[in-house]
Amino acid sequence: MSEDCQHTESCSSRLARDLVDVESGEISREIFISEKIHAKELQNLFPRAWLFVGHASQIPDPGDYFSSWMGSDPVLLTRSAEGEVYVLLNSCRHRGMRVCRYDEGNAMQFTCPYHGWSYSMDGALVEVPGDLHGVPHAKSAYHNKLDRSKWGLVRCPRVKNYKGLIFACWDENVQDFDEYVGDFHFWLDNLADAFDGTEAGTEVFHGVHKWRIKTNWKFVSENFLGDTYHGATTHASVEKVGIGPGGRGNRRHGERQDQGGFSKGRMKTSFRMGHGASDNLGYEIPYPEFAEPELKEYFDNAWEVRKERLDAQERLLGGRGPATLFPNMSFSAGFPRTIIVAHPISATETEAWRWYLIDKSAPEFVREWLRHYYMRYAGPGGMTEQDDMENWDYATQASKGVIAQRYPYNYQQGLGAEVLSDLDRAVHSDHAISGEVNARAFYKRWAEFVDDLTWDELKELSQHDERRDRIEQAMANASSEEE
Amino acid sequence: MAVNEKVLEKIALRFEIADFLYHEADLLDARHYEEWLDLLSEDYQYSVPLRLNVAFADNDTKSQTLAGSEICWFDEDKETVRKRVDQLMTGRHWAEEPVSRVSHFVTNIRIVEDNGSEVNLSSRFLVYRNRVSDETDFLVGRRNDTLRRVGESWQIVRRELLLDQTVLLAKNLSIFM
Repeated sequence: MSEDCQHTESCSSRLARDLVDVESGEISREIFISEKIHAKELQNLFPRAWLFVGHASQIPDPGDYFSSWMGSDPVLLTRSAEGEVYVLLNSCRHRGMRVCRYDEGNAMQFTCPYHGWSYSMDGALVEVPGDLHGVPHAKSAYHNKLDRSKWGLVRCPRVKNYKGLIFACWDENVQDFDEYVGDFHFWLDNLADAFDGTEAGTEVFHGVHKWRIKTNWKFVSENFLGDTYHGATTHASVEKVGIGPGGRGNRRHGERQDQGGFSKGRMKTSFRMGHGASDNLGYEIPYPEFAEPELKEYFDNAWEVRKERLDAQERLLGGRGPATLFPNMSFSAGFPRTIIVAHPISATETEAWRWYLIDKSAPEFVREWLRHYYMRYAGPGGMTEQDDMENWDYATQASKGVIAQRYPYNYQQGLGAEVLSDLDRAVHSDHAISGEVNARAFYKRWAEFVDDLTWDELKELSQHDERRDRIEQAMANASSEEE
Repeated sequence: MAVNEKVLEKIALRFEIADFLYHEADLLDARHYEEWLDLLSEDYQYSVPLRLNVAFADNDTKSQTLAGSEICWFDEDKETVRKRVDQLMTGRHWAEEPVSRVSHFVTNIRIVEDNGSEVNLSSRFLVYRNRVSDETDFLVGRRNDTLRRVGESWQIVRRELLLDQTVLLAKNLSIFM
């Protein structure tokens, strides 16, 4: 496909879908390198997708705010006097100054340090939180003709609080969040619910890891989307050393060996909408076998309670990930339990943000044990994650070359061997560890957004998973041959 | 002019401590990790809190996360530090393979408190890392150490680093700061 692609500039006018050949399992390196493609992503993808902005527990009280990013734009996640959650563009309407340069805090008003326009977060002073409140010399400068209701901070039109996880989208016409997520919600539930299944029973620790990496944001999304294939090689050193207490349990402390280890019965799950998980709901492994009595008691009990709860709802117990919600929010709902968002800075630079979740009801010992485990596992200091960044960064560097650009990446694992899923518009990999079905679906959906298909087209395309037709056809053919 | 004996003692102590810290930096930069681990007490605590941009009024109380209860870059004991050493010595820790070139600088060393058995120090650190070819990191900030007298020498009991970055500009922290 891209043998004729010799130069980023000359071929970037091509459509994204021409660079992503999911039928043959070949994807052009250009989509990870080209600034022109990146500009199209910022224009056509990020403003139209549901993006993770922050967690409700970061802004518990009226006036609380948390500074975040949505694609190329800085935003403020705020809570009003009425307790409502808002997402506002962090840029003054007068000359664009970033009205808030703090990472977090509490304020009922943001005053721009440039000319002094001030925006109220209090519904009592203005009609809607975020509206323009104070304008220096309003009378003389505007002869009282400035319509303050029209010049408030730009409000993100669509905000969804999903069990404490706050998502937002700039596009009025986006599908409802539940529709956008589909059956992938089971993984989000496992992330947001407590270990014992209590709905929305989690909060985040104070402190978000933020760090810059010299790679395209999609490397991060793809890694957690279903790339369990990299584990044995990338994380060889931490597997050898072990980072559970006393060195037990390799890197993922306490995988139960009596269950056949990490992979028995495991399949990846790939959704037509681009989301993916590196496991399936039927892949049910109980919580780790902890040596510490306090941990053992907490998690044994949590598993039992959760099992009872989910059994009553006829829900399967698996689905801890790692997983990625299209396009750039990835997470693990187990050990560790953490969210990573890959903010796009340029085609070859990304700012990674990591939040860490904990059961609201966790006793101190459990809280502390998990906090330590999270820090030695994940983030830039994490003994597991350190090696990921080395690979992503130098993969990016070695893909920039003119010759390198002529050769696509290979995404052929499990090509044509997908397995039907019970979930809506989803298929599975036929192998536990390998299988790039998730990535193929992710990039297919990615191209549909980047090529700026209309919402009607995007919605229609996602209504039907053509992979399932093929599997069903093959099954029908096989059974007729048998007859 | 008679030199005050107390002043002389102070100078000697300061010299001795600085020499100890320079020796420690040399061990780290030479990757003599086993010898370096011997300089850490068994109850060693290592923490690097996150730094935060907060409003002026909150700067004294809320501009860093809290070691002991919140997310930090590092907040750990000697057992975990030893694991990191083991990882560095596997030869398959890709983040440090090929190994980085690292130089630790310690400066502005002040003895803040001396109770006879332990001293609290304030200093500044600059850790330079260069790896592969053009990948270069400068990690700079304030350091608070507690050293304990052990026989003729010292052990490090506690180390807290305040890195002067909110967003880490290095891709990872696969070296000891």
